[in-house]
Formats: sequence, C-alpha cells, structure tokens
Amino acid sequence: MSVDTATVKRVAKLARIAIRDEEAERLAPELGNILGWIEQLGEVDTSSVQPMTAVIPNHLRLRDDVVTDGGIRAKVLANAPEGEHGFFTVPKVIE
Amino acid sequence: MSDLTDLGIRQIRDGVANGDLSAREVAEAFNAAVAAAKPLNAFIVETPEHALAAADKVDQARAAGETLPSMAGVPIGMKDLFCTNGVQTTAASHILEGFKPEYESTVSQKLWDAGAGMLGKLNLDQFAMGSSNETSYFGNVVSPWRRNDGGNAPLAPGGSSGGSAAVVAGRIAPGATGTDTGGSIRQPAAFVGISGIKPTYGRCSRWGTIAFASSLDQAGPMARDVRDCAIMLEAMSGFDAKDATSLDVPVPQWEAGLNASMAGKRVGIPREYRVDNMPEEIEALWQQGIAWMKDAGAEIVEVSLPHTRYALPAYYIIAPAEASSNLARYDGVRYGQRDLPEAANLQDMYAATRAAGFGDEVKRRILIGTYVLSAGFYDAYFTQASKVRALIAQDFERAWERCDVLLTPTAPSAAFALGEKSADPLAMYLNDVFTVPSSLAGLPAMSVPGGLDKAGLPLGLQVIGRALDEQGVLNAALAIEERAGFNARPERWW
Repeated sequence: MSVDTATVKRVAKLARIAIRDEEAERLAPELGNILGWIEQLGEVDTSSVQPMTAVIPNHLRLRDDVVTDGGIRAKVLANAPEGEHGFFTVPKVIE
Repeated sequence: MSDLTDLGIRQIRDGVANGDLSAREVAEAFNAAVAAAKPLNAFIVETPEHALAAADKVDQARAAGETLPSMAGVPIGMKDLFCTNGVQTTAASHILEGFKPEYESTVSQKLWDAGAGMLGKLNLDQFAMGSSNETSYFGNVVSPWRRNDGGNAPLAPGGSSGGSAAVVAGRIAPGATGTDTGGSIRQPAAFVGISGIKPTYGRCSRWGTIAFASSLDQAGPMARDVRDCAIMLEAMSGFDAKDATSLDVPVPQWEAGLNASMAGKRVGIPREYRVDNMPEEIEALWQQGIAWMKDAGAEIVEVSLPHTRYALPAYYIIAPAEASSNLARYDGVRYGQRDLPEAANLQDMYAATRAAGFGDEVKRRILIGTYVLSAGFYDAYFTQASKVRALIAQDFERAWERCDVLLTPTAPSAAFALGEKSADPLAMYLNDVFTVPSSLAGLPAMSVPGGLDKAGLPLGLQVIGRALDEQGVLNAALAIEERAGFNARPERWW
C-alpha cells in the first residue's frame, strides 16, 4: 500500500491538522506501512458476519425528560482560551 | 515498623482501621517518596496537600468512632487521564496543558469517597496512545528497574499507564489507577513486576476519563498484589447513569471472594498465542504458569482462538477511528491551548491549534483514523474491522465452552530500553499482541508477575476471563501469585 503526500495532505485537512510539506513527506511512507499491514484484514471472510456494535450486551436506557444540569456558565467558560461577555470567542467567521 | 512505603493497600487499610497507623503518617511517608522520585518523571503534578487532607479526614473519622470506608487512609497515584476537580488534567498532551477541570471523574470520585487520597497526577503516553510512555509531552517515564548488566540503560515502564506502573513498582504509591484500551494496564504491570486488572468493559464508568477509543477504554487498578487490586477495583467499579455504556449490575465483593484453589476449574491455553520469535524465557514462563495452574488443581485444556492474528490490525483500525472522532473536540475554543497565527481565520485556527497541540503519535493515529473513516474507505476498513471484531469475540465465546479462564503471557518480551522501538511505530504496536484480543472482546484480563528474565527484569502472565467474571480472573491470578512467590523489587537508584 503506498500513500502519496497529496493523500496525506488531504487527510490532514479533513482532520484539521496543519502539516508542512516535509512532514507530509515523512508521514506518507509511515502511514503507507501501517495501512499496508492492516490490509491483511481483507483476507478474512466476513460475508455472513454482522459488525459488532456493542462489546458487552447492554440496552440503551431512557431517563425522564427533565433538566438535570445547567446554570454553570462560569464553570463552562472557566477553561476557555478566550471568552468575552459570557461567550466563547473565535476569529471572525462572517464578513 | 520498618518503612511505611513498603506497605500495600490492604496493610495500610487494616493498619489505619485498627489504629496501628495514622493515615497522616502514611500520607507523609508517601509524599516524601514522591518528592524524592523526580528522576523517574512519573508525576506531571504532585498533590501532597490532597493526600494529607484526605488522611486527616480519615484520622478524624476514626477518632470519632465512625466505620471507615474500604480504602481509608490509602494514598494513591491518579493517572492523568482522569479529570480531577481543580487539578490540572492533561492526558500528557500540550493541547490540554493548563486545563483544570471543573468536575471530578466518576472513578476518581469513587476512590475519594472510599477514603483514598491523591499523591499526584501520573504521567502517561499522550492521550494513552503508546506502549512505552515515550509519547508524553512531559517527557518519558523511566522505569525503576534496570538490567543486571551494569549498563544502567533507562528502560521503558511500558505504556500507556507508565507513570502508574513506575510508582507502584518503586514503592512510591501503594496503588494507582490505570486505563486500558489495548493493554495499557496489563503490559506496564508486566514490565515492572506488579499486578493490574482491566475489568469487563462497562464495569468502571468512563465519565470524566479523557476518551481515546470509547468502545475499548476501561479503567482499572494497578497495585502490588492481587488482593490489593481486588480492593481497589471494588472501590472503582459500579453503575453510573452518566456513562451510556456503564453496566447496571451489582459490584461483587471480590476481595471477600478470593480463593486460590483452582480445583474443578479448566484453564485454556490458546495455541495461537505461540507467536514467531517469542523469546524462550517467555515460553518457559508460560509453561511454568501452566504447571502452577495444575498444582492449584486446575485441568489444562488446549483451545483455539483462530482469529487472533487479525486482532491487532482490527484494533489499529477501530482505535484510531474512534480516536479521530473523540479528539475532534480539541479545537482551541472551549478548553485547552489555542494557536492563532496572524490574520488566521477560524479554520486556520483549528488546524494550527491541533498541529501545535498534538504530538507525533497522536497525529499519526488521528490521520489513520480519519483515513479509514473517509468516504470510499469506510466499509473496506472500519466495517470490516468491526466484523472481524465480532469474530474475535465469537472465538472467546467458543473457548468458554471448554474452559473457565485463559492463561497466556502478558507481553512478548520483557521491558525494552527507552528509544529502542520508538523509531518504528509498527514494531511498537506489535507489543500489544497478547492484550488486544481480550480488549476487543471487552473481557476482564489481568497481569500478574511470574518471574524474572536473564537480565533480571520482570515477566508477567495474563489471565483472561468471561465477561463479568473478574472473580475467576482474580482467583486464577492469586493461584499464580502464591506459587510464583515473586518478591523481586527494583533497587533504588533515584
């Protein structure tokens, strides 16, 4: 399995991780090696197998539809890198 | 009393309960051991005041004649993957540097409710991704063990719970929390000659534990012996409505149920765990383990787990896929570090923040995960891996028709030197070959020390059990522990 640098850059863009050209060049063979190794899974016949969805049989619980939390704005914002007037702030997204 | 730091969890609990020890003197002794252990780099944050406050509370409760809870007076190390209220929690990453949670993880809260105190937050592989504790932003943890060749090469404590392993083995904490996604409790426990159990998936709440791969992540205890693990696991386990996958089942009294007799039990030996290039010493230890099981009264049966060889590749699709999704939350907006280059827009800020905040191994896994989940590849990789995972679980189900527990080595080698494997990610991944299958199947599994190799380093044996049969796992491990008589400990050089 060979992965080219264009693929690395495309995947990095999807993952929202900035990478430099030399990093993409270093990562391409590394990822190619790992993906080549995991491709051996293709040889397992799984035509009659359902994919696992729960590792231990369990059921989804329902709870009463009531408010159980809230009123903790200061706590929610306490670790924000930047906040103003009780909001998270980010660079301008609308011109 | 010789040295208080020689005491384990049970001894401290009993000593405090019957008045032979004050919780405060125990906390002070371990705080001093923590302060003296800097060369191991096992702690990211030290919290001596937390340990003392918990101890004083226990001493006051005892003076008032109250019944003490199950871990009263026991100071422990907390892996820095558990959110602790007001105490920096980083997952050994730069992106969470300075993050002080406004809440407490369920597992840590249960331990504080049980009377335990916190010595500090323990170093680990970044976001628990690694098998050697070499991916931490805060530097490698150095194992307290050294080879007996006089070379003093710094050794890996294993990973990802490397700090937890180092402090328990070095008598710096009587117990520590670990988390296990593909072997992160068991492999480090084996590398440093201590015990550690990953319970059934769902036993310990994941709430407040920083997520790596949610369908695999399980917390568990690491301690000096099987009984101490049983005590600590009881305190950590239990239903939690805040975790959708938490199991709503009673927590058994594992300590009270300990029994080292294997009479009437069948121990399965999976033939597929005999891997190429396995060191003779590992094979010899495995045979020794089989002999111990027979001696304890067990019947030995050979079993087959035919899909074992596909466990690692399936794991390295599923775990990175889940990680890429879980780690999408680190965006530089709500918590953690932000990197905002000059004139950057929002998308640039995300990409720069994540580039600066994640280490190489974390990026590698996010990229693998993003790739296998991306359009056109999802079925070939993720769906196929989920199907193979079902087959692996089925292998175990068939094995349980013929045996009660499985016995295997924990890792394919003893501890390696720091730097020895870090250049080759794939070689590092292969270290988890014996621990990953039971993780994929959500089964309880434990590592217990079996002996030393020629270089004087510990080797571990692994016991795997049926879902929810932690008692069977603990009992088989206890049978091994009693026969192995493992009492080696690292000579203090730090």
